[in-house]
Amino acid sequence: MSKYTEDDLREELKTKEYEYGFYTDIASDTFPIGLNEDIVRAISLKKGEPEWMTNWRLEAFKAWKEMTEPEWANVNYVKPDFQAISYYSAPNSKPKYDSLDEVDPELLATFAKLGISLDEQKKLTGVAMDVVVDSVSVATSFKKTLGEKGIIFCSISEAIKEHPELVKKYIGTIVPQRDNFYAALNSAVFSDGSFCYIPKGVRCPMELSTYFRINQAGTGQFERTLLIADEGSYVSYLEGCTAPSRDENQLHAAVVELIALDDAEIKYSTVQNWYPGNSEGKGGVYNFVTKRGLCEKNAKISWTQVETGSAVTWKYPSCVLKGDNSVGEFYSIAVTNNFQQADTGTKMVHLGKNTKSTIISKGISAGKSQNSYRGLVKISPNADNARNFSQCDSLLMGNECGAHTFPYIEAKNKTAKIEHEATTSKIGEDQIFYCNQRGIDTEKAIALIVNGFSKDVLNKLPMEFAVEAQKLLEISLEGSVG
Amino acid sequence: MLKIENLHASVEDKGILKGINLEIKAGEVHAIMGPNGSGKSTLASVIAGKEEYEVTKGNIVFNGEDIEDLAAEERAHKGIFLSFQYPVEIPGVSVTNFMKTAINETRKAKGLEDMPAKDMLKLIREKSELLEIDRKFLSRSLNEGFSGGEKKRNEIFQMAMLEPQLAILDETDSGLDIDALRIVANGVNKLKSKDNAVLVITHYQRLLDYIVPDFVHVLYNGRIVKSGGKELAHELEEKGYDWIKEEVNA
Ligand SMILES: Nc1ncnc2c1ncn2[C@@H]1O[C@H](COP(=O)(O)OP(=O)(O)O)[C@@H](O)[C@H]1O
Ligand SMILES: [Mg+2]
Repeated sequence: MSKYTEDDLREELKTKEYEYGFYTDIASDTFPIGLNEDIVRAISLKKGEPEWMTNWRLEAFKAWKEMTEPEWANVNYVKPDFQAISYYSAPNSKPKYDSLDEVDPELLATFAKLGISLDEQKKLTGVAMDVVVDSVSVATSFKKTLGEKGIIFCSISEAIKEHPELVKKYIGTIVPQRDNFYAALNSAVFSDGSFCYIPKGVRCPMELSTYFRINQAGTGQFERTLLIADEGSYVSYLEGCTAPSRDENQLHAAVVELIALDDAEIKYSTVQNWYPGNSEGKGGVYNFVTKRGLCEKNAKISWTQVETGSAVTWKYPSCVLKGDNSVGEFYSIAVTNNFQQADTGTKMVHLGKNTKSTIISKGISAGKSQNSYRGLVKISPNADNARNFSQCDSLLMGNECGAHTFPYIEAKNKTAKIEHEATTSKIGEDQIFYCNQRGIDTEKAIALIVNGFSKDVLNKLPMEFAVEAQKLLEISLEGSVG
Repeated sequence: MLKIENLHASVEDKGILKGINLEIKAGEVHAIMGPNGSGKSTLASVIAGKEEYEVTKGNIVFNGEDIEDLAAEERAHKGIFLSFQYPVEIPGVSVTNFMKTAINETRKAKGLEDMPAKDMLKLIREKSELLEIDRKFLSRSLNEGFSGGEKKRNEIFQMAMLEPQLAILDETDSGLDIDALRIVANGVNKLKSKDNAVLVITHYQRLLDYIVPDFVHVLYNGRIVKSGGKELAHELEEKGYDWIKEEVNA
């Protein structure tokens, strides 16, 4: 009889191959490795930035030199040698294209392999995309439709040139240059990223989407995203990524700043699928991200994320609830397998009165992976009647993985109401047998159970993205069990 | 349809089934009764293919095929259904979604396309009416927070959806009040035909008043120690199991 025990399951999980394990060879314009003031200046020069931007980068670099890499997270890795990384790489074809025909065919082939050809995306989903490949935007679509509503959606480099007043006013106000080690590094060397501005009272008519790619061996990627929703506006923003499989650690340290002015709402959804390393834990992307949003009066920010990739993930999308009656939400699914390590969670900082936050975190661990949730709920003295609800659920597969929950609560106002619930469960043999008995094989049964476990979060994603995310969950666990 | 010969099974090296012989033909209803711990659920699990249990001797033949080497889902595809004594919860998976997956996986195994959504809805409507199940109930997470009776009724709903050849009902009556019992039994009877068979595991006569067995077997200490017609169930109801134990131990 084909006995299927947890040992078999564990064994099979180890043999999981990265779905998108290929590498595109596009000739790149790459800087020499290493980091110093000259490199920072060169990046700025290369991008044709104004002097204020160059100086802003230099300030950040100065701050970074004084800082040390944080060690408090529950992750273990060989620290990157920051002098062994090249800080700039751009596809060497023309940096901008009017149509897809002009795009490097090899790049298009990469997209095709990922099943997300620009063409299809544009036609079928009505999603405008600003594609970041190796740090430089190569194609932008739907700009016209957006332009008619006064919405600005472009690369941050372009925004620095075309809309300096907006960038200057907001960049670094949510995540200051010296916020943390990785944020400082990003501020000094960020290569590109997205910029988005939604004018007063405008409801963005489509989901804005960016596919991030890391495409060059040994090239760190430092995106910078700045999203401003002016008073009474609404936007839903999607961010998704996959990376080619390389036997070399790739550092990724992005910064995302969101600003929701009075009565505005931002939904920010991420599906992240970077190379997690092979089954021995070699290679894989290091993902150290700083994501933070500011809510003014009656504003709302929701972070929704599905994380299945990266060797090491360090990520805490946060909300600063500054305005009265503002709302912050964090919905997260983090899957770890093999030797992956994820330390992720959120910070909800309640400053205004009647502010409300909700945290729902679902961690799924398999193989020898470690999955930690770290959340801070902070209620300041002036935040009367602040409310928080947190729920952290962990699902374990096998006996060699770990799930950890670190909830921190700092309540400095007596009227605060804070609720925290946490559960840990295992996929039981009885559950699997029950499914088997109904004709559902073990692989499909696990996918079903995992999707059920993640449902509360999957439901928060925009429709097309939810389908993609569900597939990704199945791939990252199911593909391994078959 | 089902032929079990000299079946021995153990779990963690502890022998539980010690030589079961049982033959069920199409169109028949069999009942298995017996004291707690005698191995009734184990027998059901072994037929369904639970891997925890090791078959150490004997064989199980279903429609002429030895199913020993088949995985549980393959046995399900061939038409074996088990209504569990203790149905498990699967949080976040609705009854509808679960059934849709079960039906389509079974169809896939037979080389068929997914059932069109329209047909699926029709089937769900038909079967939920048969078992007097409120449609709202079907969007709840599978067995999560269900009462004992709801769980059992849901098991029979699944049976109705899957239309198995051999249905094994493991203490489906426990947890059901008299009205629910009648609805469930009525559902089972409606599904009954000359081509399928039912194996009812129960402690009580009362279910057998509704689902009338052709044969009644008493399982005790891993063996079928007595078989008879439906009157045996009445006798057991009156006299309990002690006289059987005495007979066996004599
Ligand atoms: N998974 C198991 N592990 C250990 N012992 C078991 C297991 N399943 C059943 N048993 C034992 O086998 C015997 C028969 O159990 P069971 O088949 O559930 O009886 P019944 O359904 O007739 O009440 C009992 O002694 C029970 O404790
Ligand atoms: Mg039992």
